Order: sequence, then C-alpha cells, then structure tokens
Amino acid sequence: MDLAYSEEEEAFRAELREWLAVTLPQLPPRPDPADWPGRRAYDLGWQRRLYDAGYAGLHWPVDAGGRGATPTQHLIYLEETERAGAPYVGANFVGLLHAGPTIAAEGTAEQRARWLPPVLRGDEVWCQGFSEPDAGSDLASLRTRAVRDGDHYVVSGSKIWTSHAEVADWCELLVRTEPISADVPKHRGISWLAMPMDAPGVTVRPLRTLAGSTEFAEMFLDEVRIPVGNRVGEENDGWRVTMVTLSFERGTAFVGEVVACRRTLTALAAEARKNGRWDDPVLRRRLGRLNAEFSALWRLTQWNVSEAQHTGGVPGTGGSVFKLRYSHARQELYDTAAAVLGPDSLDLGREWNLDRLSSLSYTIAAGTSQIQQNIVAERILGLPKGR
Amino acid sequence: MDFQPTDDQRALRTGVRELLAGRFGRDASRTLADAPGGPVLDRGLWRELGDAGFFSLRLPERDGGVGLGLPEAVIAFEEAGRALLPGPLVATHLAAGEIDGAATGDTVVTAVDSGGLVTWYDTADAVRGDATGAVPVRSVDPLTPLHRAPAGHSGPHDPVAVLLTAAEQLGSAARTCELAVQHARDRHQFGQPVGAFQAVKHLCAQMLVRTELARAAVYAAAVTGDPLEISGAALLADDAAVRGARDCLQVHGGMGFTWEADVHLHLKRAWLRAELGPSAATLEEELAAAL
Repeated sequence: MDLAYSEEEEAFRAELREWLAVTLPQLPPRPDPADWPGRRAYDLGWQRRLYDAGYAGLHWPVDAGGRGATPTQHLIYLEETERAGAPYVGANFVGLLHAGPTIAAEGTAEQRARWLPPVLRGDEVWCQGFSEPDAGSDLASLRTRAVRDGDHYVVSGSKIWTSHAEVADWCELLVRTEPISADVPKHRGISWLAMPMDAPGVTVRPLRTLAGSTEFAEMFLDEVRIPVGNRVGEENDGWRVTMVTLSFERGTAFVGEVVACRRTLTALAAEARKNGRWDDPVLRRRLGRLNAEFSALWRLTQWNVSEAQHTGGVPGTGGSVFKLRYSHARQELYDTAAAVLGPDSLDLGREWNLDRLSSLSYTIAAGTSQIQQNIVAERILGLPKGR
Repeated sequence: MDFQPTDDQRALRTGVRELLAGRFGRDASRTLADAPGGPVLDRGLWRELGDAGFFSLRLPERDGGVGLGLPEAVIAFEEAGRALLPGPLVATHLAAGEIDGAATGDTVVTAVDSGGLVTWYDTADAVRGDATGAVPVRSVDPLTPLHRAPAGHSGPHDPVAVLLTAAEQLGSAARTCELAVQHARDRHQFGQPVGAFQAVKHLCAQMLVRTELARAAVYAAAVTGDPLEISGAALLADDAAVRGARDCLQVHGGMGFTWEADVHLHLKRAWLRAELGPSAATLEEELAAAL
C-alpha cells in the first residue's frame, strides 16, 4: 500500500500544472449557463486546447488517438485540472466518456476513423439516447424501434434525459431491432446506432429541471433514417456494447467533484466562522464528519484507481460502492451548506444554493441509489436476484 | 501510487487469519463467552501471538522485532477484529520494546483509556496509566472484563492506539457483512432466500459500502500516519462496525436476538471499542477545527 506518486507520475503532474498555468488565463470568459450555443463553443474550444497540447483522450488507447495514460495519470489529470479551476468536460462528456470509448472498443477501423478524431479535436458533440419515458432504471425494456429498410434503419420512438441534445451533432442511440418475445429476452434485440442529430424526423424539446435550467431534453424520433453502417457492434448485441460504456461512467467520473467538494467544505467552515454559526457545536460536528467523509472518499478513489491499474484499466464494481456513498455525501454537503447559510439558503443568488438543488439528481442519475444497491448486493456480495 | 496491498501484505493477512482460525475459532470464542467465572485470557495463545510477531511487528529488527510498519500492523489488527480475538491487544502491542516481555507475549499489558476504562485489569501484568482505585464493571462484552478508574484518571493518548482499534472495527465490520450475506443466502422465507428481497439486499449493500469506505480511510491513515486522518478513519470505522453489527442482527431476524448467534458478540465488542479512546464528539471537533 503506497500513496506516494512515482517520479514519472510527479513529472506528469508538473508538466500539466505548468501547461494549466499558461493556458487558463488565455481562456475566453465563461458563457452564460442559459446560452447553449455559447456553452458548446466554449467547451469545444477547451477541448481543442487539450488536443493541441496532447491531453485529449488522455485515458483512451493510443490506437484510438488517445494518450494511453494509466489510471493514475488520469486521476492526476482530473485532480490538477479541478484544482486549477479548469473548465469541466461539459458538452464533450458523452463523446469523451461514453460514445468515444464505445467506438474505440467496438467500432470498425472505418468507424473509429470517422468519429473519434472529431471528438478528440473538439469538432463534434455527442449526446446519449438511452433512457425512455418507460425505460429508466429498467433500461433494457426500451422500445424505440428500428426497422431495417435496405441499407437503412427506420427509427421511431422517444428518448428522455438527453443532456446537450440541443447542441449535439451525434447521438449514441439504443434501439430495439428485435421485439421482446418468449425467445428473445429484453437484453437481446438491442442495437447501438450513431444518429446524426440533423436527420429529418428528430425533434428535440428541452426539459426544465427543478433548478430552473434546461440541462437535458426529450427527443422524439419519427421514422428517422439511419444508415446501417452507423451501427457499432453486431445487430442485437447493443446491450453488451453499451455496458462497456456504462462502466466508464462509474469509474472516474467523479474525481474532480470530490476535489471540489473538499474545497467547498473548507469554504463552508470559513463562512460559518464569519457569520457566527460556528458557535453551534451541532453544526461544527456535522462539518467535522463531512471532513472525514470526503477525505475517505478521496482515498476510496485512489483505492479504486489502483485496483483498475492492476486489472488493466477497466473500472470495477467498486464504482458502484463509491457512487452510492458519494451521491449521499454530496447531498449532505449542500444540506450542511444550507445550515451554514441559515435564511440565506433561500436566496438562489447566494453561492451553494443552486448546487444544493442540482445535488438532488445525484442519487437518481446514472443508476438510482436503489439500483446501485441491487448491483452491489448481487454482483459483489452474490445475493440472488429476486423481488 | 499503488494503494493496494503488496503480495507480502496479502501473505501476512493470510498468515494471521490462518493462525487465528486454528487457535481461536468459533468454539473457542463461545467457550470463553460461556465461562462461568468470566472470560480467562489464554496465555498460551498470547505467547503464540508473540512468537508470530503480532506484538513486535513494528519493533526494529535490531531490537528483536519484525521491522514492519503501520500498514502491516493494521492488517494484523483487522484480522484480530474479524476473529473477535479478546485481550488488551493494542496496549500490549504498543508496550512492545518498552515493557519487558510485551513483545514476546510473556507479559500482558493493559492501559487506562481517556475515559478511565481499563480492560482485563485483573489479568494484566502491567497497567499503563493510573488505575488506582479502579472498580469492576459488569461488562457488556462477554469476552472483555472491564474496570473503571475514578474520574480524572486517564492513560496516554496515542493516535496509533486509535488507528489499531479502528483496524479491529474494520475487521469486525467486514465479518458482520459476510455473516449477514451468508444468512441471507441460506435462510428461506416465502419460497426464496431472504437475500433475494430488496429490503434485505439494501441492508447488506450499505454494510459493504460503510466497510469499504472505512477500509480506504483506515489503510490510508496507516500509510500516512497523519493524526487527523487517523481521527477520520476512527469515526468511519466505528460507524461501520456498530451499524454493521446492528444490520447483521436485523438480517438474522429472531436468531439475531439469541445468545447462540455470534452477532451480539460483534456488536458488543464494537460498542466497547467505540467507547474506548476519544469520543465521536472529540474526533468530529478535531476534524472541524482543521477545516
């Protein structure tokens, strides 16, 4: 058990720090959160800078155009970019963390050549068309139909919770190519398609979150024609293809956030000392416990990353354990922020209050806590499936 | 960075686990729990632990020790917690090299904790701290005799003692999670294993989550030796052990409330360890002050 970084890892960190120190002051001002085209341009501009400096697709395999970095180097990258206040992955999220890795792992040489370089260069944005109004936690029961017509699929149905749909060029779409029947269980019969968002028949309707913003959208598909060549993996094998992607989401997706949460916690203590609520021992103790919580979550991240390093970079089920605890800890952090602010917690103009609202999605998005607990119980502890 | 146990550390874990399984298995703990005059410390076992290097683990080799560090000690104490191994293990380990015979297991050393509690007072050959006037307490833990020194008496505060106790809590938490899962697989109701019910699954999943978070915290604190990190690890390990034993009891249903099931032994020891050393309030205040 060693928490010290190797000379090589420290060199990587130093080089990255130096680059961040030079690059971040050159960035344009951040766009307004409601300005979606502005956000797209900003996020893609950041990605282009990463690309030019050789940091694009850091953890992607070298033959996919990535840098083939180790899980530890990726951890350092996420830690340092967060510390330096660099932009988030933003509109590049699906391309870099879902669709890209899937195409890298399962796509043909031609598909990789078509779709991967624009993601790395910051030329194209991807969104994700997985969930449907009637297929959330039970994703495999999805019903969006794709019917073969010559060398095209004709796709009809609807998708929901699609982030960045308004500004995406491509959508990684899960469709049913074989209806569920006695012979075809729901996990079979699903295929993975790359859908151009400007195809006729695609309608996007933004959804307003409880935080008031339009962070995601509904998508209606009416006889959208998608070339068969846009299918990644075999027909009806899309479920397996997708699982490659989802494990990435639970791997290192929250590293930067844990770093940010620890910084927020320090700021909360400073605010409480300033406004007098520090005198309340109940609040102090709550902050103290959160200190233990987030420093342990950081150690758990290092533990999981070290494990991934031994297993060849594939994120393990440890991601579910981490997500379960982290999502609740984040909510507790912002509830504690409200306790620090007192009446000011009702003022959305104050720092932390919008974060408190958005933290409510954490126990739901990317697998609800209840589903995550089933995963932990069945896949790690080996308890039987059932009711 | 490689925050996973080395091959040597894994081998140490296996070695301690096998030693304890052979010398202090379930029968031994049950016999001890039912001993008419209260539990008696097995001095033969204590010397075997000494021979195996349990107490001298961190002593330099030139002083007759094994020359290993805190991470290895934490692994050994985690196994002790898992096996419900009784005795003032932490105090004797810390006395190695300072009190004659502690390192070899010939001397049993106990200590007065910050709240005046002393375990195994009548058995111990040496007591660290002032235990004058200590009176016996009817101990909640059938495997740990307990005395209490008058108010104001307390022993030395040592973060390493806090860490090793947290390691025992971690071992207990991991064990109660296993016991709960085993029972949830074996016990059938409504025509299926009770572990197939989500309500039971979710209890077990949270037991594992608390255990794994505590593991990361305890191991990291062992690597860095940072007192603040040790305090955080102790908070999380106490939580994992006490709540883990409680949930394990719940998963066992009626059997969990019996003397015969092992669950209560884990719960009572977890309560005892959580009470020894700094309180949760002290740890939380310390962690808050550092923000």
